[in-house]
Amino acid sequence: MSAVVSLSNVHKQFGALKVLDGVSFDVGRGEVAAIIGQSGSGKSTVLRCINALETIQQGTIDVCGHALHDAGLNRRALHLDVGIVFQSYNLFPHLTVEQNIMLAPVSVKSVPKKEARELAREVLARVGMEAKAENYPEQLSGGQQQRVAIARSLAMSPKLMLFDEVTSALDPQLTGEVLRVMEDLARGGMTMILVTHEMAFARKVASKIIYMHQGKVWETGSGEMLDQPKTPELRNFVGGVSSDQASASV
Amino acid sequence: MPTFSLVHLEFLLVAAQWTIGLSIAAFVGGGLVGFVVALARISDLRLLRIAAMIYIQLVQGTPLLILLFVIYFGISLLGFNNLPALFAACAGLIVYSSGFLAEIWRGCIESVPKTQWQAAECLALTPWQRMVKVILPQAARIATAPTVGFLVQIVKNTSLASVVGFVELAQAGKLINNSIYEPFTVFMIVALIYFAICFPLSTWSRRLERKLNVGRR
Ligand SMILES: Nc1ncnc2c1ncn2[C@@H]1O[C@H](COP(=O)(O)OP(=O)(O)OP(=O)(O)O)[C@@H](O)[C@H]1O
Ligand SMILES: [Mg+2]
Repeated sequence: MSAVVSLSNVHKQFGALKVLDGVSFDVGRGEVAAIIGQSGSGKSTVLRCINALETIQQGTIDVCGHALHDAGLNRRALHLDVGIVFQSYNLFPHLTVEQNIMLAPVSVKSVPKKEARELAREVLARVGMEAKAENYPEQLSGGQQQRVAIARSLAMSPKLMLFDEVTSALDPQLTGEVLRVMEDLARGGMTMILVTHEMAFARKVASKIIYMHQGKVWETGSGEMLDQPKTPELRNFVGGVSSDQASASV
Repeated sequence: MPTFSLVHLEFLLVAAQWTIGLSIAAFVGGGLVGFVVALARISDLRLLRIAAMIYIQLVQGTPLLILLFVIYFGISLLGFNNLPALFAACAGLIVYSSGFLAEIWRGCIESVPKTQWQAAECLALTPWQRMVKVILPQAARIATAPTVGFLVQIVKNTSLASVVGFVELAQAGKLINNSIYEPFTVFMIVALIYFAICFPLSTWSRRLERKLNVGRR
């Protein structure tokens, strides 16, 4: 199985602040990888590096056949292959839901308007939002906006999708509807890397869990890794999160 | 001695048309130049950014009166002696408006969140598509009210065009006053005409501001 994403000894600094300190991991086709870890451990930075939104100082990153560390990187070609969904949705507020989704297929891939509209309906149906096609983003709930953002990304048929804490701004009920959409995608064979604080979700959906600590991949494995942490840091982290969830659900 | 009559009023109204014409030329010309300067001001090219910044600083730091003089005498130095005052007045006002509109619009473009650029880039839109399809429509919404507000400034500042010998509303008032010497009546009427031009604009600007503030952002 060829790796869709491959990071090798990646170092990233913001000025004097070392954020990624020799990160290496692979994600294969159809695999779902979940990155977990404390705030500030470099999870978002890893995702942003994978999408070339940040440049790295050392190491190599290969994504869908693009060498990101190469000066001749074609960023547009990379962005055609990789979709990303942000915590803050980042829908275009001046466009309707349908226009948000049609924009990239029409302007980037020259899909005719009529086909693009059908495509929009199709991806909206996949995230259960076809009824809101004519609405503006501000008229939707957070969970609905996030599902539209996922649909917008899907409409470009990416080979890899990145999700950065896409449910962190949502209350539990809305979180569920977004996670269900992501689970469907995973079952459909989409290669995904997600940063999440939802341990139960990571365990259920992810085939690989990457625990980051202080800019390093501290531990990596399957869901069982969370039950038998090898390092005290992960034990602490898992304990802290589950006791948080326990107290929140009381 | 003659007093203020319909003939004078007619003279003023004709001059007012020049004021309006000059304002439109200043706004359209200044808008075109200003838009290009605004884009240069936020360009990735350092040299272009600096050039735009210097242009804006120079224009904003020079009184319009001096700008008009410099352009008027500058072009006659270049050998164009018989250029009409209209040309100098237009050129001066266009340069003046472009300097201010560029800065207003730069601010509006930059007030669109960076995350919007990023989202557009991640969808593989080209830099130009990001600008035209994502950023500018949002910036335009923010820009409408201050732009119409600045239009009022342009209308009032066309009165300075008289220094290069152009007969617009203010200059027409002066000419009439020189012949009939009724300064209060004449300039009162001139003021009323300016007001009649500017008032609808400022009302429109305020309405737009209110509408866009409560509407979707
Ligand atoms: N653009 C930036 N400039 C300077 N420092 C940054 C920048 N982006 C991130 N950092 C720093 O890098 C470190 C890692 O940030 P990152 O966003 O990757 O963490 P994270 O693991 O995603 O945390 P969280 O769970 O809070 O989202 C933090 O200390 C952060 O302050
Ligand atoms: Mg983060």
